[in-house]
Amino acid sequence: MTAAELSTDRLLDAHRSMLEIRAFEDEVARLFLQNLVRGSTHLYQGQEAVAVGACMALRHGDTMTCTYRGHGAVLAMGAPADRSLAEILGKADGLCGGKGGSMHLTDVGHGALGSFAVVGAHLPFACGAALTSVTKDTGAVSLAFFGDGATNIGAFHEALNLAAVWRLPVIFMCENNLYGEYSPLASTTPVSRLASRADAYAMASHQVDGNDVVAVHAVTARAVERARSGDGPTFIEALTYRHRGHSRSDPNAYRPDGELEQWLERDPIVVSEQTLKDRGAASAAELATMRDRSQIWIDEISARVLAWPEPDLAARFDDVVA
Amino acid sequence: MSTVSLTYREAIALALADAMDDDPDVLCLGEDIGAAGGVFKTTEGLFERFGGERVRDTPISEQAIVGTALGAAVTGLRPVAELMFADFAGVAFDQIANQVAKYRYMSGGQADVPITIRMASGAGLGFAAQHSQATENWFLNVPGLHIVVPATPADVYGLLRTAIDSNDPVLVFEHKALFTQRGDVEPGRSVPLGVAEVVRTGGDVTVVATQFMRWRSLEAAEALETEGVQVEVIDPRTLSPLDLDTIVTSVERTGRLVCVQESPPAGGWGATVIAGVVELAFDRLDAPPILVASDATPVPYAGAMEDRWMPSAERIADAVRRSAEH
Repeated sequence: MTAAELSTDRLLDAHRSMLEIRAFEDEVARLFLQNLVRGSTHLYQGQEAVAVGACMALRHGDTMTCTYRGHGAVLAMGAPADRSLAEILGKADGLCGGKGGSMHLTDVGHGALGSFAVVGAHLPFACGAALTSVTKDTGAVSLAFFGDGATNIGAFHEALNLAAVWRLPVIFMCENNLYGEYSPLASTTPVSRLASRADAYAMASHQVDGNDVVAVHAVTARAVERARSGDGPTFIEALTYRHRGHSRSDPNAYRPDGELEQWLERDPIVVSEQTLKDRGAASAAELATMRDRSQIWIDEISARVLAWPEPDLAARFDDVVA
Repeated sequence: MSTVSLTYREAIALALADAMDDDPDVLCLGEDIGAAGGVFKTTEGLFERFGGERVRDTPISEQAIVGTALGAAVTGLRPVAELMFADFAGVAFDQIANQVAKYRYMSGGQADVPITIRMASGAGLGFAAQHSQATENWFLNVPGLHIVVPATPADVYGLLRTAIDSNDPVLVFEHKALFTQRGDVEPGRSVPLGVAEVVRTGGDVTVVATQFMRWRSLEAAEALETEGVQVEVIDPRTLSPLDLDTIVTSVERTGRLVCVQESPPAGGWGATVIAGVVELAFDRLDAPPILVASDATPVPYAGAMEDRWMPSAERIADAVRRSAEH
């Protein structure tokens, strides 16, 4: 087994982590329908293997930036689930004191430098974290998640170009979930293989099954190694699918019949359960217990966090400037 | 410490060099700022002295320049990003207004954001509509940014040092028409944010002006002196934070206010100052405040047209006379 391959112990951790993210997102959806989540929220069910597999390839000191569909990535970096949920509920002890909300979960202490809600805007930021790594010679790697839609925005191209020309230790993790908001990829993007966009910047690129946590981890681990050894950035296209709509107002009318059902068969949690069974690491009963535990886990957190205090109104003037 | 006589442009280069000397985390990035020394020579000598790792030439990618500087700032560097012309802030508007300005707030104060964004600003040199604007007003409506508009070599040196030392984003507008202006600079002396300078005292009319307009207002004040009108000229030096107290105190004495702004009249700092004075010192006003601004057109190219576009010393003097005679 190479370093890029997940040991069974770590695969069990990854599986637990994906189950927790799934339970967390289901709970956010439930709270949303109770009008306890303001504005909009962008859920991650179906894409858990990308965040978990990629973040498991990082070490302490590495950094991560992500999008407004970022709950999964922030949790995968180790952000506490209670304070994450509290932020989504606008609580005083939320990660951001209730000032960021669902689209801006940030936990700098865990390397989760931000969830950014303007498409592609964080990719230059990710280059900046990598520039600090290079300038201070820390060896830290900067991992950036973004969607297929971001590959059509200017900041994406500026960031890839800069990262390539400066050989910055950035991993551009494109989560291709086939839809930019409600628009199918083919209607907005002239190339179907998004990894090929890296060719224009002479950047290494890979396509990976984004619903297979083992595969995502392996390809990310190799990119991390490249980045740490000074070989520059890598572009990874993870093929995946979001089970839910884009956001609260999504009519979900754009999906062809049967598509969702097909992808549900390739649900990353189902895939990971199969791998664990194949490796003889867990029985069907043990896997069912893991699912139940994640539900108990989130129920306890949610009940606790719902009782947390609202922010003190005076705090709204804090943190505008130092 | 002793003073040295420097041009505005030399004062910029010295401030950057001194900041880089004092703190190894300070790093400059921008288009042609390195080997070429900057198109306006404001980074001359830095590349030779500090090397290409700390004086980084970038692609022509304003979003990447600002966004990269932001990511570097949040993770422990103290970057100084240069936008070649203040007009190009339009290319990076999302990065400045949505990313840089809001990072501290949206994260609930989890990190400092020590980023300085320098840009060459202002008209008068025949650069036409896309290379001549004083764009500081674009950012006045965005909380989370400090906005600095120095008019002298000492102020550009001192405010740049403050900007780079600050743990917040600071936009530094460097006026192109002032690059050859000479003055005394005290190396190491910074100028605080939010402290206006009373440049000239006078009891009849208060004139508030920044950058190139400060000099034109002084010219108008000299001319009016011969007519027996005593003009007080105040340079706010920083627009955010704005030292309204110094302006209000002056107007309470003179009863008259003229703001002079090198940009179209709508939605600018001149109107903001007037609103503040009306709110805080309405009873002390003896005349309606006047805003002398550029025309509400893009900056024209032809020499005579551009001259007419910018507030002249004569137009400023006329406004002061109208105020004094009211």
